[in-house]
Amino acid sequence: MTEKTIRCPQCQKDVHVDDHKICPYCNFHFPLTVDERLALFADEGSFEEMSSTMQSKNPIDLAGYEEKILENQKKSSLRDAATIGRCTIDGEPVVVGIMSFSFMGGSMGSVVGEKITQAMIEGALTGNPVILFTASGGARMQEGIFSLMQMAKTASAAALLEETRTPLFLVLTNPTTGGVTASFAMLGDVILAEPGAIIGFAGPRVIEGTIGEKLPEGFQRSEFQMQKGFVDSIVTRESMKQTFSFLIKTHKRRS
Amino acid sequence: MAEEKKQGLKSSLEHIETLAVDDQNCGGKSSWDCVLLSRQSGRTGAKAFIDMICDEFMEIHGDRTYGDDPAMIGGIGMVEGRAITFIGNRKGANFRENVACNYGMSNPEGYRKALRLAKQAEKFGRPVVCFIDTPGAYPGLGSEERGIGEAIAQNLKVFSTLKTPVLCFIIGEGGSGGALGIGVGDKLYMLENAVYSVITPEGFASILLRDPSKAKEAAEAMKMTSQHLKQFGVIHDIIEEKSPEQTAALIKQTIIRDFDNLCSKPVEHLVRYRLQKIRGIGEVKGGKEWWHPLLEVFSRTQSLR
Ligand SMILES: [Zn+2]
Repeated sequence: MTEKTIRCPQCQKDVHVDDHKICPYCNFHFPLTVDERLALFADEGSFEEMSSTMQSKNPIDLAGYEEKILENQKKSSLRDAATIGRCTIDGEPVVVGIMSFSFMGGSMGSVVGEKITQAMIEGALTGNPVILFTASGGARMQEGIFSLMQMAKTASAAALLEETRTPLFLVLTNPTTGGVTASFAMLGDVILAEPGAIIGFAGPRVIEGTIGEKLPEGFQRSEFQMQKGFVDSIVTRESMKQTFSFLIKTHKRRS
Repeated sequence: MAEEKKQGLKSSLEHIETLAVDDQNCGGKSSWDCVLLSRQSGRTGAKAFIDMICDEFMEIHGDRTYGDDPAMIGGIGMVEGRAITFIGNRKGANFRENVACNYGMSNPEGYRKALRLAKQAEKFGRPVVCFIDTPGAYPGLGSEERGIGEAIAQNLKVFSTLKTPVLCFIIGEGGSGGALGIGVGDKLYMLENAVYSVITPEGFASILLRDPSKAKEAAEAMKMTSQHLKQFGVIHDIIEEKSPEQTAALIKQTIIRDFDNLCSKPVEHLVRYRLQKIRGIGEVKGGKEWWHPLLEVFSRTQSLR
């Protein structure tokens, strides 16, 4: 276990956190890097990344987009906002996809859409469960209509998982909004959420603009979404591996 | 400031009027012109097109779960001897209707009504026509509480494998996920002056250009007109805009021609073609060949083999 001191953005305290990166005062779940996330549930050394070199183009020739990508690649040491691959959990093979909010707010453009789709196709081909972690502000506006179409693409891949009866498990992390919520994030056989995550379609400020008042406390949080019937269960970082093992075991089809 | 705005509004209204009489040829129009025309009050809406295209039409209300959403019209029509399910965003034809229809912004029950009608159409092998004309899904409290994200997501998933032909027409504003929620089908058409985008130009301007007054520049940069989307291969074709009756006749011709063709195809071929088309959209460097894996997945399914 490594200990770090960081400022909690929710309660503004300087806190010591362990590998699970949770604020001891307000239970804020800090974003995890891909490796930190994998360490929570993947068997050690089992992760093999897929399509690691995939990168963004500039499909609508938007001024400044290529620079923005480069800047984010430098800052985050990621190629784009999603990482996919295969790993095992207690020896059972699964396909995983992990979104990173640190790369352009986890926005879904062609690369994210393609990777998430590839992960699901891999699941449909092998029959191995697909586990996707979301963290996104929505569609990547810089790719114009191509980003909107990634919603259709990922949702149609979820339809293929349905047709091949392959399990799809979602873990919604903070925040999951916009086009990601209105596509694959809401299409899991089981939809889990980390505690206290903001989950919704429209962002809180947009809704406040529409209704002309402040949103009630806890609106769009994981616990609220579970109460409203859109999240199946809230999962802690500590119990993540155990939860996946249970889900893998209980979603095996009799052959 | 307010005076300036009024002046701006007046000149853009005058500008629209000159465009409207300008023989509707799209050569000289800017993207922003199309944005304004697509939103113009009095523009022919889904209900009017349905009435002009159908010999008979019966509206069907409600999602059988929560309520009926006036911002989404749905029902069954007869078009030259063929039964067709119609679904459309509804903005209303006058101010009173605009308010009643929430300016075409649906709540979840609108998308769930559309889904119910699509599944009903599938059951009876009836083809589906969707008319898209919305600024977006409604970003309100109740809409969120009842799962607007989930409702749109379900539609994308179910329409992508719906086992009956689906034609989509963007007749006005194609606003983001709210438009896409009834926008997945075998063929997508746009009226000449319609627009289709991931966010409004105003939203794009205030978020990316950090200046809400730059909506006009944003509209150009976003490449959201029928011409652009045809170049991108996102839509199949553009339908010329003439008088409302003439435009309706062109849409009707397209519907009859396409359903004569699509309804004669084995439904699994249709769905496979639709899925391939959706699978192919996106621009990446270092992607890999996706065609064969997809065919392999088809061979592993019961219904798409
Ligand atoms: Zn805290």
